[in-house]
Amino acid sequence: MFGYYLELAVRSLRRNPGLTALMMLTIGFGVAASMTMYSVVHGLSADPIPGKSSQLFMPQIDSWGPGDRFHDEPPDALDYTDAMALMRQHRAVRQSAIYPIGPSLMPTDTSRNRSPIMLDGYAVYSEFFPMLDVPFHYGHGWSAADDASQLPVAVISDKLNRQVFGGGNSVGKTIDIDNHDYRIVGITREWNPQPRFFDVQGGYYSVDGPDVFLSFQHSVAIHMISAGWDGCRKGTSDPQGDFVGLQRSDCVWIAYMAELDDAAVVQRYRQYLDDYAGDQQKAGRFHWAPNNRLRDLPAFLVYEHMVPSNIRVSQLVAIGLLIVCLVNTMSLLLAKFLRRSGEIGIRRALGASRRAIHMQFLIEAGVIGVSGGVLGLLLTAVGVLCMDQVLSSAYADRAHIDTSLLLLTLLTAVIATLLAGIYPTLRASRVPPAWHLKVQ
Amino acid sequence: MTVHPILAALRLHKAAVLLIVLQIALTLAIIANATFIIGQHIQRMNRPTGVDEKDLIRVSQQWPAAPAGDDAAAIEQLDVLQRTDLATMRNLPDVQDVAASTSIPLLGGYTTGDITLHASRTGIAVHVAYYYGDQHLRPTLGLQLIAGRDFEANEIRHGRAHADSPVIIVSKPVADALFPSGNALGQTVYQDGNPATIVGVVERLQTPSRSDSNWAYHSVLEPMRVDDAYAGYVIRARPGREQAAMREVSKALVAVNPMRLMPEPWGGAHAFSEIRAKAYRSDRGIVLLMSVIIVILLCVTAAGIVGLTSFWVDQRTRQIGVRRALGARRIDILHYFLIENLLIAGGGALLGALFSFGLNEWLMTHYEMTRLPVTCVALGVLVMLVLGQAAVLLPARSASKVPPVVATRSV
Repeated sequence: MFGYYLELAVRSLRRNPGLTALMMLTIGFGVAASMTMYSVVHGLSADPIPGKSSQLFMPQIDSWGPGDRFHDEPPDALDYTDAMALMRQHRAVRQSAIYPIGPSLMPTDTSRNRSPIMLDGYAVYSEFFPMLDVPFHYGHGWSAADDASQLPVAVISDKLNRQVFGGGNSVGKTIDIDNHDYRIVGITREWNPQPRFFDVQGGYYSVDGPDVFLSFQHSVAIHMISAGWDGCRKGTSDPQGDFVGLQRSDCVWIAYMAELDDAAVVQRYRQYLDDYAGDQQKAGRFHWAPNNRLRDLPAFLVYEHMVPSNIRVSQLVAIGLLIVCLVNTMSLLLAKFLRRSGEIGIRRALGASRRAIHMQFLIEAGVIGVSGGVLGLLLTAVGVLCMDQVLSSAYADRAHIDTSLLLLTLLTAVIATLLAGIYPTLRASRVPPAWHLKVQ
Repeated sequence: MTVHPILAALRLHKAAVLLIVLQIALTLAIIANATFIIGQHIQRMNRPTGVDEKDLIRVSQQWPAAPAGDDAAAIEQLDVLQRTDLATMRNLPDVQDVAASTSIPLLGGYTTGDITLHASRTGIAVHVAYYYGDQHLRPTLGLQLIAGRDFEANEIRHGRAHADSPVIIVSKPVADALFPSGNALGQTVYQDGNPATIVGVVERLQTPSRSDSNWAYHSVLEPMRVDDAYAGYVIRARPGREQAAMREVSKALVAVNPMRLMPEPWGGAHAFSEIRAKAYRSDRGIVLLMSVIIVILLCVTAAGIVGLTSFWVDQRTRQIGVRRALGARRIDILHYFLIENLLIAGGGALLGALFSFGLNEWLMTHYEMTRLPVTCVALGVLVMLVLGQAAVLLPARSASKVPPVVATRSV
């Protein structure tokens, strides 16, 4: 029966090519608009470190007090005092204080370039690499002992390795950064998780990955300034280039990440943070009760609103467009089906059951859904490719055309059309037998 | 023509009428809000900066491994580098003027502070953004000086950025906020407690911040060459020589001192038009996206009305024929369908107006959105009514062409 109904559906659709094309276009555009925006939002909110993100936690300590809170939330990064205290007490499985740096790769006598190159990097602790599963091409991260002795060691990206040394195993070689010699201990593979969740405030989306990682304690010792946001409290002055001033200030310029394996450990760490803030209160540094947060990475990224609100609003508008398209398809299907009351009446009079009529028209709706979906696939691909006209490349790059997106698009189109077809088919199946014959 | 028979006919097609009303209402709700969003972004993009943007070039760069802290020798060293750059650029053929400058409108990076009337920081406090630069800054940016004078060469200090200059030039909104009676020139005000005399007032100068705020035009010029890791310049090219000047500047700077960082996208020489385009890229993107969605939406709804009305016309061919046979003119048939559509579109538009405000209310609670003005919705209602009438015209015309003789045929 399915084959026969399919044939009937195609024949009926061919009879009104204009109306059929209209319904296909409607479904196609509606599905394409919402799937394009879905792919952007999905790409932007994708887990930057799958499998690990639920074990990574960002402690927030209320070092500013009630007057400076926003929605009763503590600041979303740590000041130097708290970050160092947490590092010293070392309560998590692994942890690292992190701050972004922008040092310069100095030209050497042999290099082609006479100008320095600005590097995009982070000052981190040794546990950063195993904690975030940073993949290494050669070598590995440095040791906790290297951290403690503030050694000038560096982990560089494969890209920088090729740029400076022409590739190959450069572990053990030295590299001149800001007129200091650094021993290379490791070379990472291509590593560019999005967003850069290890930067302050949930980071940002970037086209290229970081070039270099230096030891946090070494960077602090040589007063390497932060390349990121200083996060100073409203009404206090930003120390800017004054590194010692920044260390002493309550500006929150350090990202902090802790690896906690299970719920009991998380609970203990939460308690530990509250005890720490309580001690600070007793010592007179905080004049308020502890008000800390300990969000895991996915929750932290949601909290930081990593997907810009204008993209979210655009997605809503696109979904609105899909709904209007569905209502439109529904009314067109209704018109089309009821116009064939005569045909239905005759079929019913000849013995077709309501179920059969129902099936026949649902299949017709399905055919429209599939063909609209195929059109939607093409339009979605065009939409995703055009996204770089609409969004900056760091955002637009997040939208991918992949099999799951294509399947989802087709599925959305078919399900949407079938939903739109439910009421019209119901009405069609209720046409009484031979009603039309009586009238004439 | 009375409306009653139309209503009676519509009652026979409750479901179809309801669907089309719902579609019009949803369309209106979306286009009213989308148009409002577009309007807001366009308004943002059209904000004037106060700067003469044509032939203006920005150079952003950084010194590698620049010393931090208050070491006087290090600061002097940074100043020498900066003065060398300024002298080099001033001698280029296509450069008309050049100034040291920490930031410019739309660039993003800025420092802020509060200006008060009293050293004790009581009373009126005006939140401002600081533009540090030398005596060439005001003329190079092409700001309109409406009172007072420019900085003198001997008033330019240098060192780490501190808003404590004894003389300042303020934008008119700052002058007006501090001295509503308009006598700001020559007055002494306090920048974080440090006294400063207002020696000049410029008509308009947007802060480097791109966001909308109630202090978006509260700018202060500080006569100071800032010696820091980051050194920026503004250049006024000779008229029409912008591209040539940019090439000359990039080449000359690297030639005089290759030890500098000018990484794209932020580093190096950029025309102000590029900076403007980049600053408003996402606004332009949203305008484009929303416009595409509005166009698709209007097309879909118009096509839906055409499709549904055609169906009705087709279904009622016999009735139309009977009416024509009983004396109705073609224009009467046309009017019938136009009025029918007006009723449907009107109902949809009324419901849509409610939906518009509802959607706006929801967006306001969940996203940064302001209240939808009634004019926006009123415009949307008008658009839906016109769209409905235009869409129904084609099927209504074909209905009016049904000959009276149809009444006598049995299908």
